[in-house]
Amino acid sequence: MSETANMRVFRGDAESGDWQDYSVEVEEGQVVLDVIHRIQATQAPDLAVRWNCKAGKCGSCSAEINGEPRLMCMTRMNLFEPGEQITVAPMKTWPLIRDLVTDVSFNYEVARTIPAFKPRAPEADGTYRMMQEDIERGQEFRKCIECFLCQNVCHVIRDHPENKPEFAGPRFFVRLAELEMHPLDTEDRLELARKDAGVGYCNITKCCTEVCPEEIHITDNAIIPLKERVADRYFDPIRWLGSKLFGR
Amino acid sequence: MVEYERHDYDVIVIGAGGAGLRAAIEASAQGARTALICKSLLGKAHTVMAEGGIAAALGNVWPQDNWRVHFRDTMRGGKMLNNWRMAQLHAQEAPDRVNELEQWGALFDRTDDGRILQRDFGGHRYARLAHVGDRTGLELIRTLQQHAVHNGIDVFMECTVSRLLKDGDRVSGAVAYWRESGNLLVFNAKSTVLATGGTGKAFAVTSNSWEYTGDGHALAYWAGAELIDMECVQFHPTGMVWPPSVRGILVTEGVRGDGGTLRNSDGERFMFDYIPDFFAAETADSIEEADAWYEDKENNRRTPDLLPRDEVARAINSEVKAGRGSPHGGVFLDIASRRSTEYIRRRLPSMYHQFKQLADVDITAQPMEVGPTMHYIMGGIRVDADTAATTVAGLYAAGECAGGMHGANRLGGNSLSDLVVFGRRAGLGAAEDAAAQASAREADDAQVEEIVAEMRAPFERDGAEGPYDIQRDLQETMHNLVGIIRTESELIEARERIDAYKGRAANVGVYGHQQYNPGWHLAMDLQALLTVSEATARAANVRQESRGGHTRDDYPGPNDAEWGNKNVVIRQGADGEMEVTTSPLPEMPAELQELFEE
Ligand SMILES: Cc1cc2nc3c(=O)[nH]c(=O)nc-3n(C[C@H](O)[C@H](O)[C@H](O)COP(=O)(O)OP(=O)(O)OC[C@H]3O[C@@H](n4cnc5c(N)ncnc54)[C@H](O)[C@@H]3O)c2cc1C
Ligand code: SF4
Ligand code: SF4
Ligand code: FES
Repeated sequence: MSETANMRVFRGDAESGDWQDYSVEVEEGQVVLDVIHRIQATQAPDLAVRWNCKAGKCGSCSAEINGEPRLMCMTRMNLFEPGEQITVAPMKTWPLIRDLVTDVSFNYEVARTIPAFKPRAPEADGTYRMMQEDIERGQEFRKCIECFLCQNVCHVIRDHPENKPEFAGPRFFVRLAELEMHPLDTEDRLELARKDAGVGYCNITKCCTEVCPEEIHITDNAIIPLKERVADRYFDPIRWLGSKLFGR
Repeated sequence: MVEYERHDYDVIVIGAGGAGLRAAIEASAQGARTALICKSLLGKAHTVMAEGGIAAALGNVWPQDNWRVHFRDTMRGGKMLNNWRMAQLHAQEAPDRVNELEQWGALFDRTDDGRILQRDFGGHRYARLAHVGDRTGLELIRTLQQHAVHNGIDVFMECTVSRLLKDGDRVSGAVAYWRESGNLLVFNAKSTVLATGGTGKAFAVTSNSWEYTGDGHALAYWAGAELIDMECVQFHPTGMVWPPSVRGILVTEGVRGDGGTLRNSDGERFMFDYIPDFFAAETADSIEEADAWYEDKENNRRTPDLLPRDEVARAINSEVKAGRGSPHGGVFLDIASRRSTEYIRRRLPSMYHQFKQLADVDITAQPMEVGPTMHYIMGGIRVDADTAATTVAGLYAAGECAGGMHGANRLGGNSLSDLVVFGRRAGLGAAEDAAAQASAREADDAQVEEIVAEMRAPFERDGAEGPYDIQRDLQETMHNLVGIIRTESELIEARERIDAYKGRAANVGVYGHQQYNPGWHLAMDLQALLTVSEATARAANVRQESRGGHTRDDYPGPNDAEWGNKNVVIRQGADGEMEVTTSPLPEMPAELQELFEE
């Protein structure tokens, strides 16, 4: 079985760009990334695209497909009607480098500002004990493949790039919550979450959660608890003290 | 005069997978000014894809386990071709490296008493793999990455190294380009670590990504270093086979470790028919014993589903050839009928996801279709076990691009542990070497000019054949003629074809500009791909026996007397041609040899 797809792909760089139409053969089971590769191999060898694993594990191939933020390697072509025009555009929130490749360095800069994990002392034998139920939430957060789709879709920076210096974004709220809930960690990052990371900007629209390919409950499990901890600390210090003394 | 950015470092590490990250962390901790260079974004290296786990004799699940048992399993799995000293260091140090990851924030799955849980994998006598569901590689790379960014390491990402620079006999740095802009960089370094991963993109069906063009192997070879065991290529028995667009994508061995079993089209568990003498004493010969083994390892022998990968891959190949394959040319891997839905989804979440999304298969209800896929190269740059030094001064190597550790066949889980054990040793070796050098050598402009001219030449040939077709033809040739079963006439034909591709690649043309131009990048990667393909094809023809990942139709079975104690060695001759020789394996000390006398 093979069909022809109508692809409309954004081509261009930081200065200028436009949509370009390609009609491409599609085989059974293919994903959008396969089709982009076919265009590269047969019609536009210089078409720029990032990818690595082709299995939804590395978070390299993020794009906006028919306006929806998705991984190209996990978007099956049979999701679309035969003959439907399929648009593929770069993520909008980041400066464009070329075609489907954007400059995501913002995220790497934010990552550097988060203080490192600082464990308590190990047991006498030099190792640690942690119960599975106490790390389950942390493991959920550590599924993050850093596709930055949640960052891309968050209106706080998507529509207001000027907020970037004051807002770390959902990916890093996930990271902060992970460290905050890590049974071994001793560092305090709540002040950072409140001030520099700007968790207060988030008004819980849940757009980030909707696009997360790893199905991390970003808002319910990471952001809301983080906001609560910040609120307890800064607006209800008595309760915060209680929670410190009597466990979380 | 070409323009380039210039950078001076004590140590440069090329590659930011597990091995490169661990090397950079160590070099930096030793006080060396360190740069980490990678082709992709940080955190996207191949290591992120590793699924099943990291092998270390922690003894958390089976207290009987210790480094000697791990060492023995590794050597036997490698058909005794391993560098014994590497296998020993690896088995001894892996537990410390795993505990260190936990100290740096990793969250491994737990035992009931709160320690690191370990799972069964092929060729390991005890449940030995520390893991996080089926995304262990992600945990490893993220932990190292998050640790590294606070260690003052300078990271150059989406930056590809094209050639190493030399000052006399010593490697003195590298020439690289930014993928984003095409602009050039020259690194002057007191010492250099290669950690570039494997060569899977030489084959048509592979679990490996576009990055695996064998760059490190080729960079080392061009700089005069020796490669060993390049014929030893691992075909993982279980890659996806359907639909075509996912052919080759890995299905973790964890499926079998957690109870999944292989069946042919008659529903038979055919692995019982393929138990080799070498493993007969430790392998179950009845279904009852195999199934009981998952729960009671003391009184039962392990299931043949978990024989080392080379054995299972060949068995699947034979079943398909005998007409007992699945509809799309694989065999069935069934966990649905053997474990509960809840268990499968908790233990194998990303496999569940992968099949559901990419193949419309629900692995909790239906069997998977699987078949062999090129997965790993055991062969690589020859290194000193203790320091990771290559045969060229100033150059170190670790991880998949280094050879020796895994012999003729790698056990699952032994790569991730290899990365952190030898990544650390390479970082240490390189930092000590750098500290002994007075200053970084100044790059020689003539050398740089020559390299750059070669890099840019494809642009001058606009209108000539592009790189994509050459790569595809090469992949087909390697798959068909240098694949899982090999024979002399085909290996000779492969070499002739590779020669022809070299001619085509020398005239390859690209168009467009230098900014993020994948056609140009591939044109440059082709050089490395052709070099490693030639090395594998030549070495495969020289080793006239079957051993581990190297199977010869015309020389079935191992020939211990002739080949059991030799590495096949590849180096560049004075005339620029590839030279193939052999050299004796390092001799194992008596106290370790005793471990095999039972
Ligand atoms: C799907 C899959 C599952 C696996 N599962 C397991 C498992 O469960 N357990 C296990 O032990 N092993 C597993 N393996 C094997 C293991 O993951 C790899 O062997 C290992 O991750 C290789 O690590 P590395 O550090 O050597 O290289 P990689 O992680 O591949 O890193 C290579 C680095 O080198 C860089 N690079 C390459 N060329 C250049 C260049 N020219 N210039 C600059 N940078 C360059 C790349 O950008 C990258 O950063 C698996 C492999 C695959 C493919
Ligand atoms: S929930 Fe918060 S972080 Fe997520 S997209 Fe909405 S505003 Fe952004
Ligand atoms: S939290 Fe989800 S959407 Fe955000 S970067 Fe991680 S994986 Fe991507
Ligand atoms: S290529 Fe890795 S997530 Fe798509």
